[in-house]
Amino acid sequence: MTADGDPGTGIEAEPRFSTWTGKARGWMLHRLPPDKLLPEDQPSYVASWIYVFGMGAIAALVYIIVSGCVLALNGPAWYHVSGLGHFINSTHLWSVELFFMFMVIHLWGKYWMAAWRGGRVLTWITGMIAFVVSIVTAFTGYLLQTNFDSQWIAFQAKDALNAVGVGAWFNVANLGQILMWHITLLPLAVAGVVALHVLLVRMHGVVPPLEAAATDAQLQQDLPDSAAGEGKHL
Amino acid sequence: MSGLVLAESGISAPGIYLGLGSFLIQFGNLIVIVLMIILFVGALFLPFPRGKDRK
Repeated sequence: MTADGDPGTGIEAEPRFSTWTGKARGWMLHRLPPDKLLPEDQPSYVASWIYVFGMGAIAALVYIIVSGCVLALNGPAWYHVSGLGHFINSTHLWSVELFFMFMVIHLWGKYWMAAWRGGRVLTWITGMIAFVVSIVTAFTGYLLQTNFDSQWIAFQAKDALNAVGVGAWFNVANLGQILMWHITLLPLAVAGVVALHVLLVRMHGVVPPLEAAATDAQLQQDLPDSAAGEGKHL
Repeated sequence: MSGLVLAESGISAPGIYLGLGSFLIQFGNLIVIVLMIILFVGALFLPFPRGKDRK
């Protein structure tokens, strides 16, 4: 690794690495330095209730995953029969209800403040993907109730899935396959996309309100490099 | 009692549906949608508590 600096200005240039591990580290440190990843404070415009719903959705998701682990470890013979099993099963469902409510309100808020501004397009896209993958995950959860409701939902859905040509690989009438999708692949997908979404929020900063002035010192400080010299992105 | 029997047998109660013309919605879904709108509007207008050492 070498680091060249301009002795006249005192500004240190970005270090140059020769190995792929060093280059990857340099890229990550440049795009997401530790003070951006885990900041101590936020811009003053974040002090609004509309900014809490993303974190609310994450809190609900954490409980969904924890309660899902408890359900998976004990199995349906426990959560369909015992009192505590029924309770954990119910809180798993209700935390999903909260997750979707918070996520939809978060979506409304971000839509009406055009949250894709300032180089945040990927943040918006990963949020959309997280929403869609969550819907599929919740759908497979409804199929696992193993009652007449889930049977009805499955046999309504199979026609739609067959119509779009995925029924052979995603067979809602195959309970074992749907269980595996619900407890392994889809939770990993949701957690992965949400983690990427949060990292992108940290990289680009929380989107400012539409009425924030382009000259606001807080915004200049938090702008990504590509947008720093172009006020039009604000 | 009949609800309990239905729940034990895994058969859901039919639920309450509200309709206006061709528009039909289950009461539970309506509650969730109305609650989300209340939370959204409240989040826009309710004052946010200020921290003691907030900059």
